Amino acid sequence: MIPENVMNEPSWYESSARARINGLLDADSFSEILGPVDRVMSPHLALFDLPPAFDDGMIIGRGSIDGRSVAVAAQEGQFMGGTFAEVSGAKLVGLLRAVARSAGTPQAVSTVFLLLDTGGVRLQEANAGEMAVSETIRAILDVRKAGVPVVALIGGRAGAFGGGGLVTACCSHIIISEQGRISVSGPEVIETNKGVEEFDSRDRALVWRVTGGRSRVLLGGADAYVKGDIASFRKSAAQVSNSVPSFSLQTLEQEQERLEQRLQAYGGCRDTPEIWTIAGLPTPDGIADLTEDEFIRLLAKEGIRHDAR
Amino acid sequence: MEKFTIHARAKATLSGKSANAITGVVASGNLEILFERKGDSLDVTVDVMTASHGYQPVWEAVIKDFVERVSPGGMHIAIHDNGARPDTVLLRLMQGARLMEAQS
Amino acid sequence: MTDWTKQRKERARRLEEVASLVSGKVVQPASVTPLLERIICSGDRVCLEGDNQKQADFLAECLTQVDPSQVHDLHIVQSGLVLSEHLDLFRLGIARKLDFSYSGPQSSAIARALDQGKIELGAIHTYIELFARYFIDLTPNVALIAAVSADRNGNLYTGPNTEDTPTIVEATAYKNGIVIAQVNKIVDEVPRIDIPGDQVDFIVEAPKPFYVEPLFTRDPGAVTETQILMAMIALKGIYAEYRPRRLNHGIGFATAAIELLLPTYGEQLGLRGEVATHWALNPHPTLIPAIESGWVQQIHCFGSEVGMDRYMSARPDVYFIGHEGTLRSNRLLCQNAGLYACDMFIGSTLQIDLAGNSSTVTPDRIAGFGGAPNMGSDAHGRRHVSDAWLKAGHEAAGHDGPLVRGRKLVVQMVETFGEGMKPAFVEELDSIALARKLGMPLAPVMIFGDDVTHIVTEEGIANLLLCRDADEVEQAIRGVAGYTPVGLARDRAKVEALRQRGVIRRPEDLGIDLLQADRNLLAARSIRDLVTWSDGLYAPPSKFRNW
Repeated sequence: MIPENVMNEPSWYESSARARINGLLDADSFSEILGPVDRVMSPHLALFDLPPAFDDGMIIGRGSIDGRSVAVAAQEGQFMGGTFAEVSGAKLVGLLRAVARSAGTPQAVSTVFLLLDTGGVRLQEANAGEMAVSETIRAILDVRKAGVPVVALIGGRAGAFGGGGLVTACCSHIIISEQGRISVSGPEVIETNKGVEEFDSRDRALVWRVTGGRSRVLLGGADAYVKGDIASFRKSAAQVSNSVPSFSLQTLEQEQERLEQRLQAYGGCRDTPEIWTIAGLPTPDGIADLTEDEFIRLLAKEGIRHDAR
Repeated sequence: MEKFTIHARAKATLSGKSANAITGVVASGNLEILFERKGDSLDVTVDVMTASHGYQPVWEAVIKDFVERVSPGGMHIAIHDNGARPDTVLLRLMQGARLMEAQS
Repeated sequence: MTDWTKQRKERARRLEEVASLVSGKVVQPASVTPLLERIICSGDRVCLEGDNQKQADFLAECLTQVDPSQVHDLHIVQSGLVLSEHLDLFRLGIARKLDFSYSGPQSSAIARALDQGKIELGAIHTYIELFARYFIDLTPNVALIAAVSADRNGNLYTGPNTEDTPTIVEATAYKNGIVIAQVNKIVDEVPRIDIPGDQVDFIVEAPKPFYVEPLFTRDPGAVTETQILMAMIALKGIYAEYRPRRLNHGIGFATAAIELLLPTYGEQLGLRGEVATHWALNPHPTLIPAIESGWVQQIHCFGSEVGMDRYMSARPDVYFIGHEGTLRSNRLLCQNAGLYACDMFIGSTLQIDLAGNSSTVTPDRIAGFGGAPNMGSDAHGRRHVSDAWLKAGHEAAGHDGPLVRGRKLVVQMVETFGEGMKPAFVEELDSIALARKLGMPLAPVMIFGDDVTHIVTEEGIANLLLCRDADEVEQAIRGVAGYTPVGLARDRAKVEALRQRGVIRRPEDLGIDLLQADRNLLAARSIRDLVTWSDGLYAPPSKFRNW
């Protein structure tokens, strides 16, 4: 009875990190590293009278998609906001380093998938968390340099904020859904520092208009837009080609130029409909209200203008 | 944080082949439960770590009912709780047992 | 010689007093406060229109600005005390006495003001009870109301939020009172006349459209597995058993879950067309999937709901729509419909005691009653029959016969533990302690136990119709009270005996597996899904969006 256009599949946004991994990878192919029974947990949370998680909210391991060997890391956005911390950060960095080191060997994986779902650094472990973010960025760049694509999948409750926004931007390919959000400073942070006139964090339509999946993909901050079900994420992830976009000084210079042009064209805009007006998109005020199919058609027509990936 | 261990004795061991299973998430009002199979005894041990203080008798009542319903003999169960209500606890326990009963 | 026209003369005198401040019926916004100072007299009964949804907020603000030395000791008679301005009237000494129905966001402030003696409380009413008293002994001298638009003759268009307005105006205008309306816009011609101009004395174009609270929007994204389980229990154990076609739903998440399960689980149970076809209900967005799936034939609304207007306008076969194309709501008539024409009320509460009495009052919050006591009570004046009504009556009597009347199904759905692990089941209601503290002769009880027919929790159903004495009622309630102290203190043998008799039915007795309760059963799992179901016609307020 549920119409076709209402999603009736397991949803990425609603699912746990483990359910996302299970839906993304080939059935029963996931092999976890440092899983719950190993009990590698945060030594810090008890100081704050907070319960730990068996996996510290970071699930890492190997598996396959359509038979191709891949590495995967997933943040549990519902545990401590999916934050970067000492243990969770070390697990992620360790996975990335292992992938870089194994490139070209029989243990190599074809792709790394990062299922990010994070508000940024865990406040209770802030120093370790900040270091984890920078080490993660370094490790991602090393993996890319080794010729292995790093793909971010963004569509969780916590979005990809703070260091998570930076990490996402360093990936070679970004897949996002309507609910997905990418930004560095979160809406509440902007409001706290610059006032509600600058950004009303409770105006959820505004938050999504600025940081949400549709805006990100239209502006080149993501490479692929998918409907919010797990199957659509899997399909898009499976299509990511094995070939790695070149990652050279020339790429970055071109990207710098593209971003400068973007700033020149849209820097004075207060909200995305103004950008869409300048960009000449049809119904600039109604982009958020298009149905998924309508938006996907619009995107196909407009094409993706992507960043340094 | 409050920590305690609850012991129970089941009528039978839990069927299935899974060595361990995890269910739930340590989110507000939620909990994670790790099941580990520890041999063929009928004993059940449940390690509880909970952010809510003063509810040990309720935990004991919930786990007694769970053990009666499912007979999870041989299970070591470890719980990280962030203020879940008893109905959620029971639901997660049942979900965990279902995962352990899987045949592969 | 008796003067039989004192009220008429007084009205004329007041109108004369303000003649210099008005042009025809139109008052400029800046003149409203001086006008109120002249037209309202100390001791007047004033209705400052406000309910759980729409608010005459501009007029409320103006009334707080009158000089308390000129205007004081007002007696406020209105359904909702919702804005901070409503409380300011008492704080500033402009008003003294209060008769109301609902307070919602001001529930703590009212409790404090009562405690400090700032408010002299008449009574807390249900909606139709207060409306009834408008025509008997609480008739307003002045009514300050809100509408969408007015023409210069004072004809008012209230838009979809008609709500209390016709009732307030009827009582005031025909009893020598004065009616002042704030409108969003003064126009040449109103799209529809909800209030005829000859009942309206003055109109003012407010600087901002009147406020409407989206009170009936429940985000499917927040529906829990436990609420889904309870909804399944209710559908299989009550809807499928009694087949109530005409009903009202409360605004809790458990009833929202029922609405979202109708097109899925309800369909599996074969209930479409058999239950829940005719409704007295606010425009719940969560009912959209059931409407779109052909479950619902007709809905009459107490008020409207922010974002639902375009959807309802496009579904005139279902909703009551004016010839000009927008919803016409009416709280008095819909409350009456809920009281007399419905076979079932199903809703939630905060506390239930061992006799089944329920209350939403806590020691520091007086939320009022609104409409629930009328929706959730058996109307002894009902004379027409329906299968559901008769079945409930026969269960209660233990037999049928020509003199055995039916019963309305009054179902309370509660999770055994509420927010902050507060048990929903208690030995004594908090409202009894509150009544003691404030010296109230009658404790505020939302629904009395003798009206409740079923209690649904995640532990199952307690059918109170089948209980034969107070002890059985108590054990039936303890039996579904789970791990609360009330539940843990049950007599296990008696509870088991009640279960054998079907007085208590557990999920497994109904063939429901705990693990079936999955969010994928919901026909919509997000507000976005509701928009899709509505074909883009539902436009939710920003605070409910995540896209």
